[in-house]
Parts: sequence; C-alpha cells; structure tokens
Amino acid sequence: MKQEVIIAGFGGQGVMLLGQLLANAGMYEGENVSWMPSYGPEMRGGTANCHVIVSSEPVASPYIVEPDTAIVMSLPSMEKFAPQVKKGGLLLINSTLIEKDPGRSDLDILKVPANKIANELGNTRIANMVALGAFVGRTGTVKMETIIEAMEKTLPKRHQDFIPLNTEALKRGAELA
Amino acid sequence: MKLVAKRPKALAEKPMHYCPGCTHGITHRLIAEVIDEMDIQEKTIGIAPVGCAVFAYDYFNIDMQQAAHGRAPAVATGIKRVLPENFVFTYQGDGDLASIGTAEIVHAAMRGEKFTVVFINNAIYGMTGGQMAPTTMVGQKTATSPYGREAAHAGYPMRVVEMLATLPGAAYLARVGLFNNREIKKAKKALRRSFEIQEKGLGFSLVEFLSTCPTNWGMAPLDALKWVEEEMVPYYPLGVIRDIEEEGGPKK
Amino acid sequence: MTEKILMKGNEAIAEAGIRVGCRYFFGYPITPQNELPAYMSRRLPEVQGTFLQAESEVAAINMVYGAAGAGGRVMTSSSSPGISLKQEGISYLAGSELPCVIVNITRGGPGLGGIQPAQSDYFQATRGGGHGDYYTPVLAPQSVQEAVDLTMDAFDIADKYRNPVLVLGDGMIGQMMEPVEFKKEITPDQLPEKKWATNGAAGRKPNIINSLRLQPEKLEELNLKLQEKYMAMKKAEVRYETDNIEDAEYILVAFGTTARIVKSAADMAREVGMKVGIIRPITLFPFPEDVIAKASEKARFILTVEMSLGQMVEDVRLSAKGRCPVYFQGRTGGVVPKPGEILDNLKRLAGGGK
Repeated sequence: MKQEVIIAGFGGQGVMLLGQLLANAGMYEGENVSWMPSYGPEMRGGTANCHVIVSSEPVASPYIVEPDTAIVMSLPSMEKFAPQVKKGGLLLINSTLIEKDPGRSDLDILKVPANKIANELGNTRIANMVALGAFVGRTGTVKMETIIEAMEKTLPKRHQDFIPLNTEALKRGAELA
Repeated sequence: MKLVAKRPKALAEKPMHYCPGCTHGITHRLIAEVIDEMDIQEKTIGIAPVGCAVFAYDYFNIDMQQAAHGRAPAVATGIKRVLPENFVFTYQGDGDLASIGTAEIVHAAMRGEKFTVVFINNAIYGMTGGQMAPTTMVGQKTATSPYGREAAHAGYPMRVVEMLATLPGAAYLARVGLFNNREIKKAKKALRRSFEIQEKGLGFSLVEFLSTCPTNWGMAPLDALKWVEEEMVPYYPLGVIRDIEEEGGPKK
Repeated sequence: MTEKILMKGNEAIAEAGIRVGCRYFFGYPITPQNELPAYMSRRLPEVQGTFLQAESEVAAINMVYGAAGAGGRVMTSSSSPGISLKQEGISYLAGSELPCVIVNITRGGPGLGGIQPAQSDYFQATRGGGHGDYYTPVLAPQSVQEAVDLTMDAFDIADKYRNPVLVLGDGMIGQMMEPVEFKKEITPDQLPEKKWATNGAAGRKPNIINSLRLQPEKLEELNLKLQEKYMAMKKAEVRYETDNIEDAEYILVAFGTTARIVKSAADMAREVGMKVGIIRPITLFPFPEDVIAKASEKARFILTVEMSLGQMVEDVRLSAKGRCPVYFQGRTGGVVPKPGEILDNLKRLAGGGK
C-alpha cells in the first residue's frame, strides 16, 4: 500500500493539521509516513500545502511529484495541484468554495461541500475535518478510529474539547464518500 | 624589615610585554588585588580580548579564555550561564569593546549579564599600530587620522558608560582615570565594587579605565598621564555613573 | 522500545540534543530552522538548562565558545547566511579545541538567497568554513530519525576530539515530520568530566582556552596536532550507506534528502532493467573515499546528484581518480530534483538504457 496525498488550501483552513492527523494515524497503524509542508511566506495567509505519504514500504522521497490524491480546499489550490494528480487518482474538492470544473476527466472526482457542512455543524473551521472524513471514507488509507486516536494523542489540551465536534465532522465527510 | 608591597597571588610571575608607561600593568595588578582580597582566585574566569591585552591569559593565575575581537561579552555570557556561581570578567580595549564589539557589549548590558567588564579606554588602537579608535579625541592624530580626528568626517568620540547607562540591566557603571595615585585608589575601589555587584547578582557591571598609550601617542610616559588628565577627563567625566544598590534597586 | 512519535525535524534535533545532556543553547532566528530554537526555549527550562536568544549569530557562536570552554554540553543552530556569520567563531572553536554541535538547516544561496532546501553549503561545511587549516566533522542526515541519531552522536564525536561538529540538514529535514524514537537518555551528570575546562582553578593550575600562537613554530605545532585529529577522524568516523552496489553498472552518489529522491529514481531505473546502485555519504567530512574508489573500479559511470550546481561531485571525482566517468546533475536555489529527471538523465548517459 502506498498513498501519496497533497493537501492544499488557504492559510488558516487547517490543511497542515489535516495532513498531520493523517500521518499520525498512518504511523499508529504501523505504516511508514512522512509529512512535508510548504513553508515560509506562504504560511502567512497565502496558500499552504503539505505532502503526506502513507506507505507499507519505507518512504523514499518525501516530496511528491505525482500524488495519488489531492485534497484541494480553495480554487488556487485546485488550479495548482489538479494537473499533477496521477491518472486514475483521486481529486477531493471543497465544493463550497470551488465551483469551477477541474478539467480532468481521468480522475475520480469527489466533491465535498466541506464549508457548508462545517457551518451546519456550527464551526466553519472544521471544514478540514469534513474533507479528511471524506478522504478516509473513500480511500480507506487509515481507519476512522485511528484518526480519532491521533486527535486524542496529538491535539494540544486547549483543542481537546473540539474532538467530539471534529469526530462528527469526520463522520459527515465519510458519509459523502 | 617590613613588607610594604608584594605581587598579588592572582598575578602570575611573568614579565609583561607592555610598553614603558603603559597603564595595562596597573590595571592588571588592580584586578589581581581585588581577586586576592575577595579570595576568589579559584572561582574566577577571565576573558582576554584581541588587542594589546591579548596575552592577559598569561598574566593572571586564574582560568582564562581568549576571545575573538569584540566577542568577549558573548563569551563571558556563555561562561556565566554555565557557571553562575563563578566570577567572570572581560578585559577589553576601546577598539574591541566600542567598535567591533558594540553589539555584544550593549546586549550583555541589556540582558543584565552578571559579569564584570574592565574597559580600557586609551583613545587608540595599540596592538595594530595606533589607528583611530571610536574613543579617539577630536583633533587627535593617529595612523588613520593623520590630520587629526575630524568630527565632520569621523564623528565624535563614544562615551561608553553614558551610553550603557540608558539600559536598566547595567547595575554598576563607573569611569576612572589612572593618572595619579589618588585616582588609582579610586579605580581600585570602583573595580572592587563592580565585583561585589557581580557577587550579589545585581546585573551587569563595567568600569572604564582612562588609560595611556605613550608609544602610539608619541609621548613620554609622564606627558601621557598629563594628557589623560587634561585632554580626556574633560570629555570623559570621572565618577560612578550608576550604582543600582545606592539608587535603591533596578529602575524599570 | 520507546514509542514512535511524529515530529518535525527541527524539533526532533532539539530534543535529541536534550536527550544526550545538552543543556545550553544559543541562537538567532532564521528560516527554515526557527522551530529548533523555539523548541529549546520551551524545553530547556524544564531540564534546568539555559536557552538564550543572542543579538546575532556572531554573538551566539561566541556564547557557545564560552559555554563549551566552561565545560557545558552546548549547541547552536542556524541556516546558511547565519552559518556564514558563525564562521569566525567556528574557526576559534576549532583552534581552541572546544567541543560543540552546530546545526545548519541549509537554504539556497548565495547572499540572502531563498528559504527552500539546498545543499549549496557543502564546500563551506566540508572545508572548515572559516579561516585557517581546520575541519569539522560533518554529519548529513536523510531522515528525521537519522537527524536524531546523528545529533546524538555528534555530541560524542565533538567531545571525543574536542572539536566542533556540524549537522548538515536542509529545509526539508528541518520542516518535515516523520516518526522518530529517541534511543538514548543521558543526563549531564553522566558525562565524563572535562579536565581542561575553565571552571575555576581550584586545586589545580589555571586552564587556558586559546587559539593564539604568535610564534610560527608554536602555531605549526598546534596545526600538526589538529591534523592528527583529522587523520584520526578519517580512520574512525567515516560513515556511509550503500544500496544495491554489488552488481551495479551505474552508481548514483547523493547525500541527505537528495539521497531519498535518488532512491526513488534508482528504483524506477531497476524496473526498466538498469543496474543502478547508490552510495550515500553520511559523513561528508571525513568523506567515504574508499567505497567510492572501489565502486569506480567496475562502474560504467558515477552520477552525483546534489541540490547545488556541483560541490560534492569534486570529492567524488577525487575519490574515483579517473577510473570511471563522474557526471553531475543538480538543481539549485531551493528547487528539489525530481526522480523522473534523474531517471531520464541516467538513461541518456547510459545511451538509452537497456
């Protein structure tokens, strides 16, 4: 098994955390993992992305050229990463913020109204969790329980209160997949 | 026969390389006397600069480190942070402290580093052959100000203790002059006080010694002493500029 | 076995230092290593250590000098432009024979350059870096776990030779997260005493930390002593890793994160029938000359891949001594080479492959 994922969005959409939870969950399931962020001025409100690899083999390059999956949370992110996705790969689109067609007919395209669902749940900031839930539901890269375990083990204390809400968001995302 | 003078224990039995009439030897001796009197020879670490006093590590019977040009306050910071119970002092000239090492001295004072700085201001670079220092007097001729320091071109001399006095971390700041016995006694008192400030952990302490450089000034030793008194003292006023204890604690 | 945790390279390196008894850290902010000092500022007070943000890299390295001379296990970190500023101090540390660990999370240069991963500080790292006739051991990790292990070893190597040791990562090592475990736990009281340290001359003759030797013969003597250490390092400290070189017709040489990209390329090449092997220097000084010399005897060619425009390739050529062609391929300025590019180049150099 090898799943190479690029997760991208605006700074503040929680794409880094999404990637870290996925990498942590992969690690807890005994897989080899890496998480590689974009860094620098990009972090300051512009676009942000991270490369996550979950693999049963040791990870060679942590830098992904042709992802199996791209999770795109904003339009500029889709425009940048949709063309890079491997033929037959998965493109997970935050359809609340992205109306435009990705222009790829050779991909499995999963449209998730992540922000809309997050708002329904009462917190727009958990759109990333909806997307993660949808990704896990569609690919089965890791188990949903392990994502929850990763939240419990890695989220700072002040964010632990969000776990029930995050879990709800994950489930709503998974239902869409 | 009565013993009236002897070499302090903290001063090594080694002939010094300093020029005739240079006051480095006096300052070395004062430091050694203070170390003896406070009985801290086994607890003191000194830092030698780059400059004429670079060999200071040979002249004291204590642990010494030699630092890069201007970096003695950073080196002292490293030592004191590892050995907070020990006494640490730097010995720095005006080129070292007031030119290449301005960032290091200002920030050590800002942090209130608990070590003592012995600052030798002789208004010139000695070891490299008499070039202009930041403390060179206006009009003073040096190897690199052959027509005399011109304020419009090279600025005015830097008053280090007054500058550092703006920083609350500086607990003790004094300027002394080594041009007669009475002033030398005052110098020793200031030096002793700076070590006591360190002992009490009150913050950064620095004593500026107005010193001579007969060789590079091109003067006889006695004329050099006179020049300190008549030319330097009016621009660099003597006295204790800051004593945090007497002022009733640190000002924020 | 300790539990694996997912950690950023910069933070893992900091924790590695603490786990082997490093209690003093002096640094100055610069991207992409900022998480390292930030982590130290949080963690060191918990273990009665000292973190200090210096006024400059110049001051930071001189604080390291003072702390090392006082006998502390001490560390600093920076990135390329900051490492340039530290060179004065590193030269003094080498000349005064003081142990410490210096981490360079390399970014692209020259000048202010960029902040993305680069390997263009290879020359500076492996040739001493500052003025004078000296070297520092250079350890180049390819993963976060290896960054942890090598950082731990770096402190021991530094103490063993009384010499600064450089850990040379790049932005990728510093920024990425990977699972790590910390296999050692050493506290400062378990470290051997440093009898040469200036910690107060109580009951012994004064110790002097110094690199000045005005007499040429004395300075030559110091240099010859230093050289003896470097020779000893060359005998005892060379580290490298090989992959599939036994039957290889083509040898790829790369260090650090580039070696991982090269590994992807080599796997692709094997799939199309090219017999490709990898030599990965882990110590850049001392350089693994012998294994490259041996490989050069039967390889059709060696291809060195770097995130620079050709620095380590000079050492590879010196090692191969003309026994086979040594080619170079690199990207620079923070551009990371892609496995496909390397494969294409391999095929081209091999005449279309098989």
